[in-house]
Amino acid sequence: MHAEFLMGNEAIALGALAAGVNLVCGYPGTPSTEVLETVAKRRGADIYVEWSVNEKVAMELAGGAAYAGARALVTMKQMGLNVASDPLMCLEYIGVKGGLVVLVADDPGPISSQTEQDTRTFAAFSKVPLLDPSSAEEAYVMIQEAFELSEKYRTPVFLRPTTRVSHGYASILVKDPEEYTVHRAEGFVKDSSRWVIFPRLSFGNHRKIEERNDQLRSVFSESVLNRIEPEECLLSGLRKGIATGGFSYTYVMEARAKQGALRVLKVSTPFPFPEELAVRFLSGLDEVLCVEELDPYIERELIYVCGKYGLQTKILGKLTGHMPRSGENSRDSVHSAVAAFMNLPLESAPELTPPPLPVRPPVLCAGCPHRASFYAVKQAMKGRKTVFCGDIGCYTLGNAMPLDMVDTCLCMGAGLGIAQSLNHLEKDRSCFAFVGDSTFFASALPGVVNAVYNQAEFTLIVLDNSTTAMTGHQPHPGTGRTMMGQVVEKVSIENVLKGIGVTCVETVDPLNHALAVETVRKTADLPGVKAIIFRSPCVALFRSEKRMTVNPDACIGCKKCIREIGCPALSFRDGKAVTDPAQCNGCSLCAQLCPAGAISGGDPHE
Amino acid sequence: MNKNIILCGVGGQGTVLASRLISSAAMSRRIPVLSAETIGMAQRGGSVFSHLRMGEGLYSPMIARGEADLILGFEPGEAVRLLPFLKPDGQMIVSSRPVMPVTAALSETGYRAEEMIAFLQSCVSRLTVVDAEQALREVGSPKVLNLILLGAAVHSGALGLEAGDLKDAVRRLIPEKFHELNFRALDYCS
Repeated sequence: MHAEFLMGNEAIALGALAAGVNLVCGYPGTPSTEVLETVAKRRGADIYVEWSVNEKVAMELAGGAAYAGARALVTMKQMGLNVASDPLMCLEYIGVKGGLVVLVADDPGPISSQTEQDTRTFAAFSKVPLLDPSSAEEAYVMIQEAFELSEKYRTPVFLRPTTRVSHGYASILVKDPEEYTVHRAEGFVKDSSRWVIFPRLSFGNHRKIEERNDQLRSVFSESVLNRIEPEECLLSGLRKGIATGGFSYTYVMEARAKQGALRVLKVSTPFPFPEELAVRFLSGLDEVLCVEELDPYIERELIYVCGKYGLQTKILGKLTGHMPRSGENSRDSVHSAVAAFMNLPLESAPELTPPPLPVRPPVLCAGCPHRASFYAVKQAMKGRKTVFCGDIGCYTLGNAMPLDMVDTCLCMGAGLGIAQSLNHLEKDRSCFAFVGDSTFFASALPGVVNAVYNQAEFTLIVLDNSTTAMTGHQPHPGTGRTMMGQVVEKVSIENVLKGIGVTCVETVDPLNHALAVETVRKTADLPGVKAIIFRSPCVALFRSEKRMTVNPDACIGCKKCIREIGCPALSFRDGKAVTDPAQCNGCSLCAQLCPAGAISGGDPHE
Repeated sequence: MNKNIILCGVGGQGTVLASRLISSAAMSRRIPVLSAETIGMAQRGGSVFSHLRMGEGLYSPMIARGEADLILGFEPGEAVRLLPFLKPDGQMIVSSRPVMPVTAALSETGYRAEEMIAFLQSCVSRLTVVDAEQALREVGSPKVLNLILLGAAVHSGALGLEAGDLKDAVRRLIPEKFHELNFRALDYCS
């Protein structure tokens, strides 16, 4: 063993390696991404790792590996689980041979997600057992435990960190590579009575799954993962308790350190719920406050336990208005809630009245080619009846002022369906769907096929910056690199579109503003489905040494550059535009729109 | 002794590396460290923070309001934003240089860093304002604000670590060709 300072996601990756994982796959998504990246960095030569094209494919790969007796880990964020839910729901009925751990990172807040869905609730729905770590250290232990459980009970097992667990850092003790478990896959053994799902098999296995989960309720009641602190509190005369799990446990324990004697139930296995342990916890308590994020999951389970066992304990939490229904908990929110629950006074800090603070919504980077793409479409379609359907990625930030170029955003790939549908209803509306290159491969292809075959009319804009930018630059089929370090033939977006039957496919550099505008103008009015690929690399990956400079003598102070494109490297000082050399990437978009020709430098885009 | 430290600024200013250097230095002294920081969409020009806690008996990497011994403000407005986390007698080290958000550039009023600094001076007794423009010019790189502020903190004794500990951390975490520059930045406020 040795100590390392690790991010929660890194600890999970090292835990998987220590458990002898054979195959790791997934699709990037904050806050889950670093798990697979760390595996790729620190893996032994015989471990297979890939970023799959989407979560559904990743889940199927992991399932296949587990059929063959391999230990497999599949990683995604909570939204990704929606994509992977079809294979997972069925996998639970089929079962596994090798350990299969499904890592799903939830995002209370939400900080970088569309929903505040709770994978604990998904676990109950899918019948898949779930472990819920409260720290990086626990996550390291739990992923190893998860592989053992998965193999012992022949079921996929969820490990569900939340953002603060995944992205928190701690100095923790981890195994040396020589101490890692060596797990060898037996190989796939043909047995159609086991691996081919049919109604009769599902019927039989459903019964077994329910029996197993009943058994796990008892097993988890005795597990060290779940506990009552302090265990001996029946003697101490305590009448109040707190039930918690996940990262909220750390908030509760900090509050408890300040606010004294409280009986705490820590639930690390929300599904199957440790029912007998909960009964032990509840007996003798008058009131219990449930401190958790996302769904009132523990709260509902305790209400159920009270009903089932005829207990009189009052269960308080989100459902009773004692805890917020949405958003993240914090040290302060939990401290206040616990103080109110204990009828303790809350010290109030002196009120400060600071000057108005600047608002800092996230923005597209200086020099980001997406800015140029959005601006070109905006200029080309000025005055026309349009809709701009956005998608998930950095380019969602195209909604910010002054670009204001995202009218809808739902989930990955959804912009294509929405754009097609709106044109069916309003023939005079020019409909656009914007999709990134990674999202194109992940979830846009069925939408394109649908549009071509069903005679839709819209313009597909592929924003191709040759990477998965938002999550930190992961490779995808258009990049020509794999996580195994191979350089491979790229899948051509142009060829894919042409193969599907899109007859007009234009590729243009968005930073050549005049040409980009001209291309949009002539393409948008063609009938049927047409595509424009705006291709220019992500500036965070390919940093230019060039910088734009404003000639103050030529600048007429019209602010057009600032008003039109909202570049963070541009500001206005003493009546003139100025560029910030620390941010500018020399993309030259500002120079191309300056009416006075006052901006120079940068890369030529002709 | 336990220490709660907050580093705050704007995405891209190097708060994460600064936090990592403190953690590495503390670990080399066998002090347990917990930390948490902003990752993801907010990194694109948004407000970012790192919470860093050193010492024994800690559960959460997050710091509560009124609990920070030290705030390192990489940007005046962001330092004001996180001021409620500072202990009543806590220490703050802040860069005087603002980072203008696009929203301020678009509006007529903009935002004035001097007002932020004046406000901090009115309510933080242990405040150090670092003239970042001058410091960066004298050190000779626009990219080392994080090391300059870290240096100010370690030389004031606020970290409970020695400058040498941080230099060792620089040697561990940063490529060799940048060592001299980073040491100069660390010692700028000595």
